[in-house]
Amino acid sequence: MAEVKSNYVDQRPPMIGGKYDLKTMTTKLMDVVFMRGFQKGWMFGFAIVFLGLLMMANTIGYLVLKGVGIWGNSSPVFWAFDIINFVWWIGIGHAGTLISAILLLLRQKWRNSINRFAEAMTLFAVACAAMFPALHTGRPWVDYWLFPIPNTMGMWQNFRSPLMWDVFAVNTYATVSLLFWFMGLIPDFATLRDSAKQPWQKMLFGMLAMGWRGDARHWSRYESAYLLLAGLSTPLVLSVHTIVSFDFSTGIVPGWHATIFPPYFVAGAVYAGFAMVLSIGIPVRKFYKLEDFITMRHIRNMCKVMLATGLIVCYGYAMEAFFAWYSGSTYELFMMKNRMFGPYGYMYWLLILCNFLVPQLLWVKKYRENMWVIMTVCMFINVGMWLERFVIIVMSLNREFLPSGWRMYYPTAFDFSMFFGTIGFFLTLMFLFIRFVPMIPIFEMKTLLPQAQVDEHKVAQIEEAKNDGKEPLGGSQPVPQFGD
Amino acid sequence: MSHRDHHHDHDLEPVREAISRKTGREFWRSLEELAGTDKFRDFLHREFPALNAPETDPSMLDANGRRNFMKLMGASLALAGLTACTRQPLEHVVPYVKVPEGLVPGKPQFYATAMPLNGVASGLLVEAHEGRPTKIEGNPDHPGSLGATDVFAQASILGLYDPDRSQSALKLGDTRTWGDFLNELTGWIETQRPKGGKGLRILTENSTSPTLASLMALVKKAFPESKWVTYEANTRDGARMGAPTVGGKPANVVYKFDQADVVVSLDADFLTNGPGALRYARDFMKKRKLTDGSNEMNRLLVAESTLTTTGAKADNRLPIKAGEIDALARAIANAVGVSVAAGAPLSGEADKFAKAVAADLQAHAGKCIVIAGDHQPAAVHAIAQAINAKLGGNAVAYTAPIEINPMDQTAGITELIGEMNAGQVETLIILGGNPVYDAPNLPGQKDSFLNAMKKVAHRAHMSLYNDETSAQCQWHLAEAHYLESWGDARAFDGTVSIIQPLIQPMYQGRSSLELVAAIAGVNGKTTLDLVKEYWKAQPQMAASFDQSWKQALHDGLVAGTKLTEESAQGDAAKLAAPAPAKGGQYEIVFRIDPTVYDGRFANNGWLQECPKPINKVTWDNFAIISAATATKLNLSPNEDPHHANAKMLSITVNGQELSMPAWVQAGHPNDTVTVYLGYGRERAGSVGNKTGFNTYLLKSTGAIAEAKLAAGEGSYQLASTQEHFAIDASGIDSKAYISDENDLADRHIVRAGNLEDYKKNPKAVHKGAHLPPDAKMTIFNPEQHKYDGYAWGMAIDMNACIGCNACVVSCQSENNIAVLGKELVTRGRIMHWIRIDTYFRGDMNNPEVYFQPMMCQHCENAPCEVVCPVNATVHDAEGLNTQVYNRCVGTRYCANNCPYKVRRFNYLLYGDWDSPSLKNVRNPEVTIRSRGVMEKCTFCVQRIMNGKIEAEKQNRKVADGEIQTACQTVCPTDAIIFGDINDKESRVAKLKTEARNYEVLAELNARPRASYLAPIKNPNATLGGGASSHGSEGGHGNEGQKSGEAKHG
Repeated sequence: MAEVKSNYVDQRPPMIGGKYDLKTMTTKLMDVVFMRGFQKGWMFGFAIVFLGLLMMANTIGYLVLKGVGIWGNSSPVFWAFDIINFVWWIGIGHAGTLISAILLLLRQKWRNSINRFAEAMTLFAVACAAMFPALHTGRPWVDYWLFPIPNTMGMWQNFRSPLMWDVFAVNTYATVSLLFWFMGLIPDFATLRDSAKQPWQKMLFGMLAMGWRGDARHWSRYESAYLLLAGLSTPLVLSVHTIVSFDFSTGIVPGWHATIFPPYFVAGAVYAGFAMVLSIGIPVRKFYKLEDFITMRHIRNMCKVMLATGLIVCYGYAMEAFFAWYSGSTYELFMMKNRMFGPYGYMYWLLILCNFLVPQLLWVKKYRENMWVIMTVCMFINVGMWLERFVIIVMSLNREFLPSGWRMYYPTAFDFSMFFGTIGFFLTLMFLFIRFVPMIPIFEMKTLLPQAQVDEHKVAQIEEAKNDGKEPLGGSQPVPQFGD
Repeated sequence: MSHRDHHHDHDLEPVREAISRKTGREFWRSLEELAGTDKFRDFLHREFPALNAPETDPSMLDANGRRNFMKLMGASLALAGLTACTRQPLEHVVPYVKVPEGLVPGKPQFYATAMPLNGVASGLLVEAHEGRPTKIEGNPDHPGSLGATDVFAQASILGLYDPDRSQSALKLGDTRTWGDFLNELTGWIETQRPKGGKGLRILTENSTSPTLASLMALVKKAFPESKWVTYEANTRDGARMGAPTVGGKPANVVYKFDQADVVVSLDADFLTNGPGALRYARDFMKKRKLTDGSNEMNRLLVAESTLTTTGAKADNRLPIKAGEIDALARAIANAVGVSVAAGAPLSGEADKFAKAVAADLQAHAGKCIVIAGDHQPAAVHAIAQAINAKLGGNAVAYTAPIEINPMDQTAGITELIGEMNAGQVETLIILGGNPVYDAPNLPGQKDSFLNAMKKVAHRAHMSLYNDETSAQCQWHLAEAHYLESWGDARAFDGTVSIIQPLIQPMYQGRSSLELVAAIAGVNGKTTLDLVKEYWKAQPQMAASFDQSWKQALHDGLVAGTKLTEESAQGDAAKLAAPAPAKGGQYEIVFRIDPTVYDGRFANNGWLQECPKPINKVTWDNFAIISAATATKLNLSPNEDPHHANAKMLSITVNGQELSMPAWVQAGHPNDTVTVYLGYGRERAGSVGNKTGFNTYLLKSTGAIAEAKLAAGEGSYQLASTQEHFAIDASGIDSKAYISDENDLADRHIVRAGNLEDYKKNPKAVHKGAHLPPDAKMTIFNPEQHKYDGYAWGMAIDMNACIGCNACVVSCQSENNIAVLGKELVTRGRIMHWIRIDTYFRGDMNNPEVYFQPMMCQHCENAPCEVVCPVNATVHDAEGLNTQVYNRCVGTRYCANNCPYKVRRFNYLLYGDWDSPSLKNVRNPEVTIRSRGVMEKCTFCVQRIMNGKIEAEKQNRKVADGEIQTACQTVCPTDAIIFGDINDKESRVAKLKTEARNYEVLAELNARPRASYLAPIKNPNATLGGGASSHGSEGGHGNEGQKSGEAKHG
């Protein structure tokens, strides 16, 4: 094999490790799906998270039967865990779209190994998130009144309400995310169909593949459609959490009424999303020995994204405090004082610890390589982002304008069973996804293989080599990547 | 409110349970099936001995007739508390106050009646829908009401429909008829007749009923050796025994607060407590209204042993131990030239207060009142009356007693206990009251009355509930509620009202008049006959009885029965100095509870859930102490305020120990503890059982006693609707405490000032307050919507509000507001549409207290409306912020965005949709809210609509004052005024032009339709203090006083 020198030497580790060719990679990634029976570890984990799902189902049943009064919500804290959890889950969902869409448009090829995984996470997180606004209403059976469905009751929605905007934002987001995810799966379903041994698998995957034959025209259509959807999703990454933040910033509650909310919420969402991708990705990578596909480079990149968005979020915290002071408003000043030194003050300082102090570890390269450190930091961020919403929602509401109405908020057991139940639900879906769907996009990974790295120069060399009767070129020389 | 376990002694439970599982229609369908069971037949025979006892109605004898059988079963099922008893009042005794064209279904009618409490009547107009009383209003013609009512009258309508009320006579727990009892009673009294009734005792509650007096006279005639003892927990012995005498009997003191410029209260909570309180509050506030150009105010100087609503309204207030009031009174008396024996030496503060008070009294001689608290000993009352005699002028008057048995009640009951113990009592008839629960104990004992009573051979107790006393008597007799029986009673000034029933007795209740008549040997007369007969003989009615009777029923009072003012004789002996104090470190003061009274209303959910004034605690009583005392007792703050916000305090009096939660109250004097009576009942009913602590255990004969205090074991959860001053980690450092250095002062929620500043600049109270943004600075154009027709608005005079809670319960009654129970109140879910916010300012040892009734402010730029995704809360054309229950999904966003936090959410199904008897209490004009919807004050939209319909029928505009909200009508001090602000001549529009008028949180630019008139205090010049005008130095000092100047956006 002749060495070809290029002017550019990529010193970064490859986006894909090990020695794979097209065949071995396909097999490796399909193995998880076609594996017969279940691994013990998977079964054990699934049993636990399924219990969580059952807990959620029970809570929901009781909730619908009795009413939201089973939670700790009160007056003045009319929103508490319900909306905290909603915003938290929606935030987690953000990484998916960001990875799939924005990084695609920015040609960040390293995203290829984690995008399907992140998209699935998005979908499941949005499912968890949507449950809260749907079930937190006093009469969930009339939730459909929030949709502008023509009806004989002569009713119409209030389009001034941010909750209305929320309905559209979340629904659009869920729909586009689902489409995006499914689109990406089609070529892989086709691969699965072609490799499946069982007739029912052939049938099932065949249906899901929607007639994909890998035709050049298919690929061309696929590419443009995928790009279009990516274009569509990109504004959604910004819009969903912007609109979620409007729920608060258009209110007059001190601590909600702030113009910084949209960017601060979006950054927070990406921050939380990446933390969750890592929190789930790292164990999965270990368990299914996918280190070659989700490489250290991926993990480092995600750490950097977290560090950047985390700093934006912390800038938001600083600005909230600054504007509280700068506004000169009694209510804003008191709100900030109450956040820091009020009865829930410890929650605020925990938030600063989780979201500001601990993630600073990621500045150190050594820590960005250490899975244990990263996992710990991610867990802190997951908790921190939940605390952030607690701080914003509960701590603003519990002491606002009239001191006579001030009251402490205390959650009940049902608040926790609902929250942990949705985590169970989310993880159950993740377990099923990992087991039954290729969690790493096979065809996209192939594009990372050396075989896929084709450029005119190389083609010419290959042609030349062929003509000379020599062996074709091996090894990869990736094109310089933006922002890598 | 009645969905908890019922407690019944007789074994109807299985049957009742069987039936209660069925509802409405199903119940009737299964009647036959039910009737077929042996158990039911059994039950029927026990419930209706008439089926077996042939001496009653012969038509019932034919028990085999299918019709009769059905009739009986319908009736007996009704008695099991299952059916709505919507019987029509008897026609011939029903004159209308508002006469409709015949009875128009759906149109309420109003009947005049009166409610006696502690014997004293307050005149009422009761609203009835199709013969079913639903709402209590005050009778504007009645001198004791003038249209207002107190919380007890408001809540009594719920008491009428209480399913736990006693429903029949019981002998040893088994159901009997009234006839059975009369048979037995005859036996009892016939044995007494030869002895002249030597072994007969009749124990009644305090009463002013002339008819009862006449019947008791007959009893006395028939049984000259018998004794009549009157006792209620609220004895008012000091007031009675300390009063001068008229014709040898203790005089009835009538105060005329509208003629007093200086009022000195010696531990008297006269604004909300005691006979005539409603009238007194009205008269007192008349002299404080700074409206219509008036610039003068009376002055209220209060020395008190616990912070009361009266103390909250004081211009100067002295927290002082109840036991030291005597010395204070003596110091004041001697300083104004009423010579009395000197008392114990006073502290410097008290001495200064006494001197200032004396100077103020002398400066206003002839126009002042000194009034002593009901629980103060006779000597203090005697001193107060001696000062009044010298300086009071026309402001204090005396009449013959209104009580029919004015006696030293504590001495009376103590004597009775002694006689019973000595075996001298053979027959004891107890009419009303609950002495086993609330009689005082002999020192060092407990259950003194009960143990003594057990020695009486024949005991009968008539009362509304099968209570603690009933359980200990052989016979319990169900009493008829005042809304279902005839009677009469006097107001504080002697004016008689005929108590007229609104409904036939729902159960087999009888009136005490009937029972006394039976003892007196007056047979075969109904209660109506008895009352009528008495009045036929009276000069006020004798001339043309039928005419005057109808007139009296219509007016709600008997003309010419007001007692004439007479000169009273003071008794110098009463002024003697008391025995020197025994020098205990702590004293305990027993107070009648502001919500459940002496315990008689313990089963009333509305009252239990009514936040007590000042401390806002519901469903419990507690020991009120000062912060310094708490520190001294080492009652450290609680680590876990959620599960228990109060530390337990152990109180020992005369060897009896009770541990109850401590409540630290700013303004409470040191080294003394105040406890409310009326809780800890065992047999109150399903609502009242096991709430609070039975403080009667500690009460012996005096209202003030020495106590030993010590930190108790553990802690306790008190359900307060406003978090402040509970001993919890974050509570003690003043959550709702408005002091000038606190952030909260800058909110200008309460803008208070003093009279001096007000006279210089009426707008001084607004100094430093934020104004709404200029119209040019906001996208909310105030001209965007013109209200051409009516524009409903409200003005609330905080200077007049005494925080009495009448509006809260009235609103609850009018608007069918659910009762939640303690646990849900603890969770912050209370449903009241109007609440009395209480704010404290200044020195924590003696703060100023301000009451701010807070309800939906009906903002023109309502923040709630914008955020509702389904348009469930929208503005109407007259400026009302309406809530469409049917449309509400329950996102609760509106409530989050409401800066006043007046929206209430039905987190669970709070309304009791099932209890049949409670269906009757509801106002049919107001929707019952289901679970999951938001609700809030509507400005009583149903009343607005009724008023508009009436006006439109007559082709005119609604006149000012024609539409009154439920909170407005009952307010004793006219603090709440509702009306059309487009009508510049309306009272509300005029009040809104007052200089003191302001909107709470005006700077938010929500433009509320409700506004507040700033409270002004008129402190004594020497004592100083009082409210300095709010705001001041910091930041906003130069901010504009009138719109147009510098504004905050």
